[in-house]
Parts: sequence; C-alpha cells; structure tokens
Amino acid sequence: MLIKKPATIKSSEITDEAIYLRRREFLQTSAGLGLLPFVKTAAAKTGASLQHVKNAKLSSSEKPTAYESITSYNNFYEFGTDKESPAKYANRLTTEPWSIVIDGAVNKPGRYQLEDILKPHTLEERIYRLRCVERWSMVVPWIGFSLADLIKRFEPTSKAKYVQFTTLYRPKEMIGQQRGVLNWPYVEGLRMDEAMHPLTMLAVGLYGKVMPNQNGAPIRLVVPWKYGYKSIKSIVKISFTEQEPPTTWNLSAPSEYGFYSNVNPQVDHPRWSQRKERRIGEFLRRDTLMFNGYADEVAHLYKGMDLRKYY
Amino acid sequence: MTPDSAKLLQRIGTPLVFTLSLLPFILLVLQLLTDALGANPIEAFIRHNGEWGLRFLLLTLTMTPLRYVLKQSWPLRYRRMLGLFAFFYVCIHLSSYIVLDQFFDWAEIWADILKRPFITVGMTAFLLLIPLVVTSNKMMMKRLGRNWQRLHRLVYVIAVCAVLHYFWLVKADLYWPTVYAVLLLALFTIRIAKSHAQRTRIS
Ligand code: HEM
Repeated sequence: MLIKKPATIKSSEITDEAIYLRRREFLQTSAGLGLLPFVKTAAAKTGASLQHVKNAKLSSSEKPTAYESITSYNNFYEFGTDKESPAKYANRLTTEPWSIVIDGAVNKPGRYQLEDILKPHTLEERIYRLRCVERWSMVVPWIGFSLADLIKRFEPTSKAKYVQFTTLYRPKEMIGQQRGVLNWPYVEGLRMDEAMHPLTMLAVGLYGKVMPNQNGAPIRLVVPWKYGYKSIKSIVKISFTEQEPPTTWNLSAPSEYGFYSNVNPQVDHPRWSQRKERRIGEFLRRDTLMFNGYADEVAHLYKGMDLRKYY
Repeated sequence: MTPDSAKLLQRIGTPLVFTLSLLPFILLVLQLLTDALGANPIEAFIRHNGEWGLRFLLLTLTMTPLRYVLKQSWPLRYRRMLGLFAFFYVCIHLSSYIVLDQFFDWAEIWADILKRPFITVGMTAFLLLIPLVVTSNKMMMKRLGRNWQRLHRLVYVIAVCAVLHYFWLVKADLYWPTVYAVLLLALFTIRIAKSHAQRTRIS
C-alpha cells in the first residue's frame, strides 16, 4: 500500500506552538530594542515604543499637548460623533493584518501589506500644531515619515494631479459607521504639490509610541496647515487621480467645508469665526495663525488663488 | 392620592424639586473644579449648561399636559420653579460663553450675535425669557390678568428658538436636536388637542 506523504511542509519548518504563541512578545521586544523599525505585530499593540529619530527642523518648539488629552478628545466619527466616543470604542478596531491599495495613475498599483509599505522608511518625530475647524488646537509629537517619500516609490504618472485617500469601512468594528451621519467610507484628497510637500506626513504613532486606535491607527495622514478633518485616519486606499477627488466634509456641507480647507483666520466658517482658537489645556483663546503658522513653508502653493473662493 | 400623602407631597415637594434641579449645576461645578470635564472643560461646561437649559424649558412645558393626563393639579405647582431653573441654566450658559469662551471680547461677541444664526436665535431665546421671569410672580400674574397668559405663551417661541439654536450649531449629527424637536412637537400636539377638545365642548 502506498502511503502518500502529505508533508509539503518540512517538520523543521513547523514552529513549536509555545514559540509561536510567544511571537508577539518577541516582536515587541525587538521593536522596543530598536531591532526592527516597525513590525507587523507592534501595529496592534498600542503603547509599544517605536524607534525613531527627531526631526527638529520641521518641529514646532511649542510644548506638546498632554498625551491624555490627545488620546481622549478626538473627532473620529467612525466611532461616534462626540469627542469621548473614539477613546471608548476604538479598541474594537483590528488593525492587523492591514493592507493599503494603491491605484489610479501610478506605475506600481497593487495591494500592499502595511509592513511592506513601512519597511524602507525611517520613522521621524515631528512636533506639529493641529487646528480643528471647531476652533480648538493641540500640539502633537507625531511619529511617521514624509508622504512624498512613499509617493515616489509607487511612481505616479504624469496624469496624477491629485491624491485621494480612503478610510477603512467596517461598520462592525467602526460602530459610528452604522449610522449615516456622513457618507462612508470617509474620503479625503490633496493636490499633488500639497501631497509632495515635505511637511505632509503619514503617521504611525505619537509620543514615541504606536498610534492609538482613536487617533487613526495604524496609519493616518497629517497635513498641519489644514483643518484637522483633512488629516484622514486609518487609511486603506491611496489613489492617484486626474480630477479633484470628492472629500467627505465637502459632500456633507459644501458651503462650509471646501476642498482646500487651509487654516485661515480671515475666512470664517459660515457659522462661526475662525479668528481664534482654544489650545487644549489653556484658558484664554489665542489668535489663529495663517496656514496654522506654516505660511512661510506653504503660502507659495496658493499664490494667485482667491482663498475666499477656494476655502 | 390620599389627603395625607397630598399634604406630604406639598410639604417636601418644593424643596425636593429645588434640590434636584440644582444638582446638575453643583455636579458640573464640581467636575469643572476637579478637572473631570475632559480635555476641553470650558466647551463641556458651556454645552452641559445649555443642554440643561433646554431640558428645563421642555420640563416646564410638560407640566400643563401632565396635569391633563394625571387629572391632578400638583404639576402646576412646580411649573414656575422649573421655568426659573431653565432661565438659571441659560444664564450660566450665556455667562460662561461670555467669560470662559470669549473672555469679554465684546467686539467678537457682538459679531457672533449678528453674524452667527445659532447665536442670534440663542440670544433671542434668552431675551424673550427675561419678561417671563420678571412677570413670574403672583402679583404680576394678578396685575396682568388675561394678558399674563398671552405673554407667557412666548415660552413656545423660546423653546422653538432653543431647538433651532441646537440644530444650527451641530456639525453633522442631528440626532439630539431631533430628539428635542420631537419632544417639543409632542408637547405642542397634546396642547393643541386639548384646547381643541375644550373648544368643541364649549360649543
Ligand atoms: C434659551 C436659551 C438657550 C438654550 C436653551 C441653549 C441651549 C444650548 C444647547 C442645547 C447647546 C448644545 C449643547 C451640546 O451640544 O451638547 C448649546 C450650545 C451653545 N450655545 Fe446655547 N442656548 C441658549 C442660548 C444661548 C446664548 C444666548 C448664547 C450666546 C450668546 C449661546 C451660546 C452657545 C454656544 C457658544 C454653544 C456651544 C457651541 C459649541 O460648543 O460649538 N446659547 N446651547
């Protein structure tokens, strides 16, 4: 009788279960020791440290807002519309495995695992101001890298005039998506030159640690001179387009939220003034700065544009 | 209700309702002082007081229908106090907007009142509350006679303004403003049905 060997896997390849179960621990310690810049399992582990270098040149010298505030006062409608809901419910989100689809006018489209996306990048800490359209602001020490470096790798074609980003749609875990408060999934976009600007970053952490789910884990955009809602969270798709892509808040209220959404104290939101803001943790309101204080770096992108029209 | 329990209710009712009505304010102040209102305590304080103002407005409007439904007169005894508490919470709401939010930036406040529809209707509601507060005592009630009732119908306008204020300030989630609008509509409906029934009975 012929006994067929089913073994296409050599026994030496089969990991001992005990070791297998400890893989998380191994990967975490290796990440913690800086042996791996970023590993798959660490993405799921909020609070794990991320190896990074400080980018002082692009960082604000202002005092960062308390970690507790940054992680408990969030606008992330996928988990509910009040500020406290994301911190309460975002732990339901599984961020592992995570892949990102790259498509549109690009030479290397495809679905890429997050680890592969992150592998070549050195993580930097950049301390940026964040100004919400609701008139509050924070200073956040993000961990991430320039979006431009990622875009170059996938080789957009000459047709790529805009970049569109899409958030995960998974109402079972993102319970805010069970109600049609906004058009799900959340979409955002940038003009190509905005996306390629050195300040524009993809962040995978803050305060030296893996991104908490409520802040947009595992990977989110950060565009510090635009109102917070442009900085889309939990990204699953990056598309290169020829036309200006739709954006969620613009679809929701076109007269209140434009495509550009640059921080601008002179252009009011139709329902409230944008002249001032409350920095979280401070009592008196402070003046809002043009382009959120990044005018020297970004004003040239909008030369000749009527910012009242392109709000 | 037995006469005894009615008497008891009369005796403890007023201090009880008073204490319960003040409780949200005490809790909010305690939370504010102990830094328990989250990362943006000023916004939370303003919003909570506004919400209590609206709740007390609706509660005040509930007393008359409650009298019809229960066929008891006691709800009317608390109507005035609840209305005054609505004004109390709105005053805290408004003054914390002036002091904590704008920090006496009168130019900005004036611009808000003129330019922001949600502040304009909020302010309208507040101003309309003042004559009702001033005439909320027995003496004024007697002096104004039938006009007192006419004047106090303003409370409907105030409630509508307050709900509109809420609708116009939210960004996208209309859930809570809708809840309050439905409650207000229900209260209106009961009143209209009641006065209709009365009129047909008279004729
Ligand atoms: C009858 C009078 C009023 C009532 C019942 C009322 C009620 C409310 C309610 C229910 C909210 C929303 C709370 C939440 O979102 O949880 C609110 C918010 C607010 N109200 Fe009023 N309000 C009144 C008058 C005013 C006035 C006179 C002003 C200022 C002049 C004002 C300024 C505000 C502001 C600034 C907010 C918060 C908006 C934000 O946080 O973005 N309100 N009010």
